[in-house]
Amino acid sequence: MNKNIVYFDNAATSWPKPQVVYLTADRYSRSIGGSPGRSGHRLSIEAGRIILEAREKLASLFGISDPFRIAFTKNATEALNIAISGFLSSGEHCVTTSMEHNSVMRPLRAMEKKGIELTVVPCSSGGELNPLDIKKAIKKNTRMVICSHASNVTGTIMPVEEIGRFTRECGVVFCVDAAQTAGAVSIDVEEMGIDLLAFTGHKSLFGLQGTGGLYIRKGLETEITPLLRGGTGSRSEFEEHPDFMPDRFESGTPNTPGLAGLEAGVSFIMEKGINRIRKKEIELTRYFIEKLRAFTFVEIYGLQEAEKQIPVFSFNIKGVSPSEAALFFDEEYGIMSRPGLHCAPAAHRTIGAFPRGTIRFSLGYFNDTAELDRACAAISDLAGRRRVS
Amino acid sequence: MKSQTPQAVILFSSTAHALMAEKIAKTQGFPCKLIPVPRHLSSDCGVCLRFNAEDRDALEAALRNRIDWTEICLLSSS
Repeated sequence: MNKNIVYFDNAATSWPKPQVVYLTADRYSRSIGGSPGRSGHRLSIEAGRIILEAREKLASLFGISDPFRIAFTKNATEALNIAISGFLSSGEHCVTTSMEHNSVMRPLRAMEKKGIELTVVPCSSGGELNPLDIKKAIKKNTRMVICSHASNVTGTIMPVEEIGRFTRECGVVFCVDAAQTAGAVSIDVEEMGIDLLAFTGHKSLFGLQGTGGLYIRKGLETEITPLLRGGTGSRSEFEEHPDFMPDRFESGTPNTPGLAGLEAGVSFIMEKGINRIRKKEIELTRYFIEKLRAFTFVEIYGLQEAEKQIPVFSFNIKGVSPSEAALFFDEEYGIMSRPGLHCAPAAHRTIGAFPRGTIRFSLGYFNDTAELDRACAAISDLAGRRRVS
Repeated sequence: MKSQTPQAVILFSSTAHALMAEKIAKTQGFPCKLIPVPRHLSSDCGVCLRFNAEDRDALEAALRNRIDWTEICLLSSS
C-alpha cells in the first residue's frame, strides 16, 4: 500500500480493501476459475459454491431469510435500473427525493418520458428528508417510493425505517438505494420494511468493482421484467427465460473473482462487527466536523451531525474552485478527493451548491485522524496561498 | 463411476438451488455429490445431487421447506 496516499474517495469506491479480499480473488482466479453453475465439473461446482457463500453472507448481513432473494448485478446502478425500468409502467406514480444520485434520477426521468408520473419530494438544505413529506406525496396510483439510504453528497442518512412503515401500510413498494451504506450502516430489510434493496459490492462492503446486487421481496420478482435474458445454466431445454430467483435476473457468466472478493469483504465486516465499524466512522466524522468548522474560510454542506450521517463531507474553500482544490490536494499532499457534482445534480440544487459543486472527502473504515490532520493542514495551506496571491 | 449402493438423484430448477441442497445435505452428514444431470433424465446443462437411495426419506425431510426440487429419480445400478 502506498503510505504517501491519503484516500478520501471511498464514496466512489473503497480503497484499500482488507488484504483477504485481494488474496481470495487471486486464489479463486488461479486455482478455481470455473464458470459457476454451468458445467458440473469440480471447478465449476466450486465456483458455484463461492457465489452461494457470498449470497448467504449478504443475506445474513441484511436480515434476509432466503439468500435466493438476492440477485447479483455488476453494481448498484444495474440493480436500480432493474428495480425502476423493470417495475414501473405508464400511468403509475413514483415518489423520490431531491437528494438522489443519477443512478436513481436518470432511470426515473427516462420512465417519466414513457408515461410514469414522478414526484420529487424536496429535502432541507442540509439534505434532510421529512418522512411525512413522502407520506403526503403518496396517491392512489403510487406504485413505488424510492430513496437513498444516505446521500453521496452530504452523507445525510435518510429516515428509511419511517418510510418503510407507511409504504407497507399503503401497499406501496419501497426501494432503497444502499450504495453508500451497505456494509457501513446496519440494514435489516424486514425491520425497515424494504421491498427492494440495491447495493454495490465495491464500496463499504469491501468487494471488488463490478459487483453489486438487488434484494427482491418474495413474490415481487414476477412483477419485475429483467434487463437481460440469456444463459443461466438452468432449464437449458427451454428457450423461455426462467421466472424464478435468482436466475431470472442473473443471465450470463457473473463476475466470480469479484464475488469471491466480495464474500471475503463481507466476512471481514462480520468479524469486525458492523456496529464497531459504524462507531469508528462516527468518531472520524465528529473529529473532522469539529476541525472543519474552525476554518472561517470553509463552507460546509450537510447536517454536520456525526450520528445522522456517514463519513462523507462536502465543502468549499472561499475563492477556490472545487477542481482547483482537488488538484492541489492530490499534487501537494497526496490526498485523493473528488470535486464537482458527484453525479447528483438534484442534491446540489438542494444544498445550494449547483452548478459550482463541492469538494468531497469520503472516508472509510481504514482512515484515521492523522490523515484528517494532514487534510486540515492542506486546506489551511491552500487558503493561505490564495490569500497571499 | 460404479457404486455398490443404489443411488438416486434430485433435480432442481436452478443450479443455485442444487448447491444449497448440497450444502444442507453435507452439513447433515448425507453422503452426496453434485454431478452433471444424466442425459436420460433431462437435457439441462446444470447439475443434480446424487445420494444413496436409502437416504431418500431422510434427505427429503432435511430439504423440505428449505429448497424446492423438481424430481427425484433412481439411477440404474449398471
